[in-house]
Order: sequence, then C-alpha cells, then structure tokens
Amino acid sequence: MKKLSIVLLVLFSSQLLAAGGTNIELQSANINLENKASLQRGAKYFVNYCLSCHSAKQLRYSRTGKDLGISPELVELNLMFTGEKIFDGMTISMRPKDAEKWFGVNPPDLSLIARSRGADWLYTYLKSFYIDESRPFGVDNALFPKVGMPHVLSDLQGLQKAVYKDVELEDGTVKKVIARLEIAEPGRMNEKEFDKAMNDLVNFMVYMGEPAKLERQRLGWKVLMFILVMFGIFYFLKKEYWKDIH
Amino acid sequence: MSRMLKSALGWMDDRFPLSKVWNEHLAEYYAPKNFNWMYYFGSLAILVLVNQIITGIFLTINYKPDAKLAFDSVEYIMRDVEWGWLIRYMHSTGASAFFVVVYLHMFRGLVYGSFKKPRELVWTFGMIIYVALMAEAFMGYLLPWGQMSYWGAQVIVSLFGAIPYVGEDLALWLRGDYVISDATLNRFFAFHVIAIPLVLVILVFMHIVALHAVGSNNPEGIEIKKHKDDKGVPLDGIPFHPYYSVKDLVGVAVFMFIFALIIFYMPEMGGYFLEHANFVPADPLKTPEHIAPVWYFTPFYAILRAVPDKFLGVVAMAGAIFVLFLLPWLDRGVNKSIRYRGPVFKASIYAFCISFIGLGYFGMQPVTEVGTWFSRIFSLIYFAFFLLMPFYSNIGQDKYVPERVEEK
Repeated sequence: MKKLSIVLLVLFSSQLLAAGGTNIELQSANINLENKASLQRGAKYFVNYCLSCHSAKQLRYSRTGKDLGISPELVELNLMFTGEKIFDGMTISMRPKDAEKWFGVNPPDLSLIARSRGADWLYTYLKSFYIDESRPFGVDNALFPKVGMPHVLSDLQGLQKAVYKDVELEDGTVKKVIARLEIAEPGRMNEKEFDKAMNDLVNFMVYMGEPAKLERQRLGWKVLMFILVMFGIFYFLKKEYWKDIH
Repeated sequence: MSRMLKSALGWMDDRFPLSKVWNEHLAEYYAPKNFNWMYYFGSLAILVLVNQIITGIFLTINYKPDAKLAFDSVEYIMRDVEWGWLIRYMHSTGASAFFVVVYLHMFRGLVYGSFKKPRELVWTFGMIIYVALMAEAFMGYLLPWGQMSYWGAQVIVSLFGAIPYVGEDLALWLRGDYVISDATLNRFFAFHVIAIPLVLVILVFMHIVALHAVGSNNPEGIEIKKHKDDKGVPLDGIPFHPYYSVKDLVGVAVFMFIFALIIFYMPEMGGYFLEHANFVPADPLKTPEHIAPVWYFTPFYAILRAVPDKFLGVVAMAGAIFVLFLLPWLDRGVNKSIRYRGPVFKASIYAFCISFIGLGYFGMQPVTEVGTWFSRIFSLIYFAFFLLMPFYSNIGQDKYVPERVEEK
C-alpha cells in the first residue's frame, strides 16, 4: 500500500511539471460531450473557420452527423461545401506545397489535435492571438509564439493587443513579458460570446479526437458492475472451497 | 453420460497423456497453503499474455505495417472497426499492465527468495521472459507510427551505434536503413507479431515446467517437500486445482476491475500508457522537444543518461538488466524469505525499491542537473544492491526458521 502511494505521488507530481512551456497560464475549457447543441455549434465553427486550411481526414461527415444528431440532408446542406460524398473524411483541397509557400508550414491535420495538445491548450490558443505588426499576418499568438497561422476568428473576436509588464530575471536584466491581452478592435461577438463559441469549438475537437469516447464511458460502468458481481461469486466460491483448509 | 465421458477419456489417455498432465500440473500439483496476495501475479501474467495475443490477432486483421498507412490504419481501428477502440485499448493498456504485473511478480520473487536454490532456473527463465517482453513492447510501440514511436525507436536503436567498431553496422542492420523507416516498421511488425510471441510462449512453458519440477516457494520460505505424508503428499501442500484455481479467480476479478477502469475511463493514463505526442503522425524531419520512453523502460533509461559517456551509458544500462540474471548466485543468505533475513538485507530492499522507482521517475523527465545527480545516486544504489549482496546478504539472519507452515 505504501509503495502504491509512492507510485501515485510520483505519477501526479510529474504531471504538474509537464504542464510548463510558455509563460501564459492555460485556461480550462468546459468539455461536455453530452451537450449535443454545443457540439453542433462547434461543428459549424469548425467547418466554417478551420476546415479550409486544416483537414480532419480521420472524421467522416456521416459519422459526425450520426453522433451529433444531424440528419444526412442537413449535414450535406450545412457542413459540406465542396462536393464531397457523405462517407468521406473531412479533407481539404489546398495542396501541402502551396500551403507551405503561403504559411511557411503545412497546417496540420486536426483529427487528433485534442489528444496531442489537450482541450485546455486549444481553448487558450484560440483566444491568444494579438496584434503584432512584425509578423506576416499582423498577429502573433501568446501561447504559441511565431505561429504561422493568421487570426481567422478575428471577425468574431475582433483584435486583441498585448499589455506588457517588466519581469526581472535572475541575472538582474529586465524582460518584457505579456501580462494580459485586451480587445483593441471589437468583433461581432463580445468576450463572453466568443469564449462560449471557442468552448463549443474545442468541445467538438475533443469529440473529433475520439468519436467513441462517449460510447466508451457509457459502457464502462456496466462492465465494472459485471466484474463486481463476478468478484462476489468468485470470492464466495473461494471461501467455500477453502473451508477445509483453514 | 459419465460412462461415455470416461471411456472417451480412456481412449484419449491411451494416445495422449491428458490425465497425467492434468494431474501433474493441476489436480496433483501441491502448492504451499500459505500463499498471500503477492502470489496472484504469476497467473495474472498469463492472463495478460492471453489478452495480448487475442487482441493482437484482432488488431493485425486491420493494421497495415506500412509507413504511409500505419498511423491511419490505427485510427481506422479506433473509429471504423466494430469494437476496434475497445480492442486497441485492451492491447495498449495490456502492455502496461503486463509490466506492472511482471514487476510485482519479480519483486515477490526477490523478497521471498524464490530465486534461491533449487529455483535458479525458474528465475533465469523468468528473466529471459522479461528481456523478451521488453523487446516485444519496444517493437510494438513503433507500430502506431506516431512521433514518440518513431523517435523513441530512433533513440534506442542508435544506442547500438555506440558500441565500438561494429556499432554503426549493427544499428544499420537492425533498422534495415540509415534511419527508422518503412523497412524498420516491417521487420518490427514481423518480430512483434510472430517471432517474439513464439519465444515468449515457449519460455513461459519452460518457466512453468521448471517451477513444477522444483515446487513453489512461499512467503515463509519453507520447503514443503521436506515433510510428506506416507503417500508422498507434502503436509503443507494443497492441490493447485481446485484450491488455487478458485483463489486465483478472485485475483483475476480484482485485476479485471482495475484493468477495465483504465480502459474505459483513462486509457491514456494521463499520457503514461499512451503518450500525447504519439497522437501526431511520425515525422522524420521534426524531432519532438522531449523524447521519453514509455514508463516501464524509464528506470533503465535514467541509468543510461546518468553516465556521461554514451558507450559506457549503454554498458551500464545493459549491465543493470544483466545483473538481475546473477541474483541467485549473488545472494549468499541461508534463509529465503525476507521475514527471516537480517536488518541489512531488509534495509537494502527498501533502498533498492526507492532507487528503482526514483530512476523510473527521473527517466521520464527532461534532463536537469538535479535529476542527473539523483539518477547517479540511485544508479549507484541499484548496482551496489546487487554487487555487494555477497557481502551483506548473510548478516544477522534469524536463527529460527519454522520447519512447517504454522496455523494462524
């Protein structure tokens, strides 16, 4: 038992350390895969704002419709714009070579991005673009400095500017770091609406990373209950057999 | 009906020793009656092996060992194959579970002296199983063809390059290419699905045959074969079947509960069973910031990194595994079980456990100065535990060791 608690302690403490990276804190996204309305809104944002440059090739339109409770007709009408078949994955027509020329890097496929980056990272990333005229698209990202991606959501969020503060380093030099971001030019949404929209989008991306997740969690407790009953039977079976030993 | 069965069995026994094998290994294999919970892990290891083989077969049906298709085929299993996600998680969680169970099984052997005479070969076969298991896990981890698969394999195979003279050629020969590539993926697939599993199954068979020839040890370290009744049955022994077969079922249920809990509610185990970076397809041009092997290799990885010289680091890492083989001949203690060993031995076991877990922890972390120094100290303790054993293992042992299992 003592050993087990040591193991657990080690596991959790290293998880805290692993969170580091840039100096801005991750904001937590509120993920709820049961919320179909949120997932549907997220899907809408995804196909409108992400899917022209990023693919999500592992996810089929048909599956999305089925899991999110959208009929095939509505999927074709609202989510598919470029003549794909409903059983296709969410691919894009931009060629990697062109993309590299335009953005400096080929935009990654996003099918599994929520599993490699985590929901909170995505949520924070999407909210961390700010004006930086030195960058090719006039914006940089506080969480992912020097990112190649333009601020595609600026018509919703507007544009943010960075407010800096001075931080004294160990060797005595003073360094400017971003203290916070604030809206410089408002967009179509206020801050609260935009947060909610990004939460919906990240929620959808979490779904996208593992469409079977909800099914897995729904099945899990039934399996556990079954094993519990099995344990009871085995336990009394053992007791019965071992009567003549003890 | 029963007469028919009996004659069928007789017909069988005339041609194949079915009853004989059944009796020798189950119904008339006498195991000490005082096994505790630490004795569940042997049968659980077999359970996990069966799980890996069966889920592995189903995965092979849809997996494509091709650098262009491998990553997507795993996602195809996760999304489009009926129950594919469950089978894949059973296999990936099973890999980690295998090491949890095997480490506890080895620890049991260590503290109760199950490697000591006459069970040296049981330990040796077990150690070969452990090494084969590491090879199996390492090669299997390349197959999903994620970033960590790729770069983990790159780092480990390049270690062979540190061997003087033949190293580079050896690494080239293992990879089948100058870098990890499609050729490597194909050969690792062949080794992972057929070569090593075959070896594993044969070794497990030998491990059990050797065990059943000498008989099981127990928490008291008593040789039950010393006291037999007039029929030759050990007085402190009970038939494995039905007593331990039903008892092991209880362990199986507990194990399955924890196993299912992980599969259904935390299959990534916070990035320890399935690393986050492995959800990014392998990219030979982009090295991840932090490459760490999966948790079950990290104690040895920490030893490797603790040594400043690469070749000597590889020697130390290999030595850390090799020294385990010598355990039966390093331990000079007369008493088997830790219950009757001296205080120095008991303290050494604690120091060993702390350093092994500590090494495992620092092996996962990015290199830091503090971490490296801790790894060095823990590595020294690790080696001192084994190499000094001939000198300290017989200090202050208990004079009285019970002859028979006492009733509580």
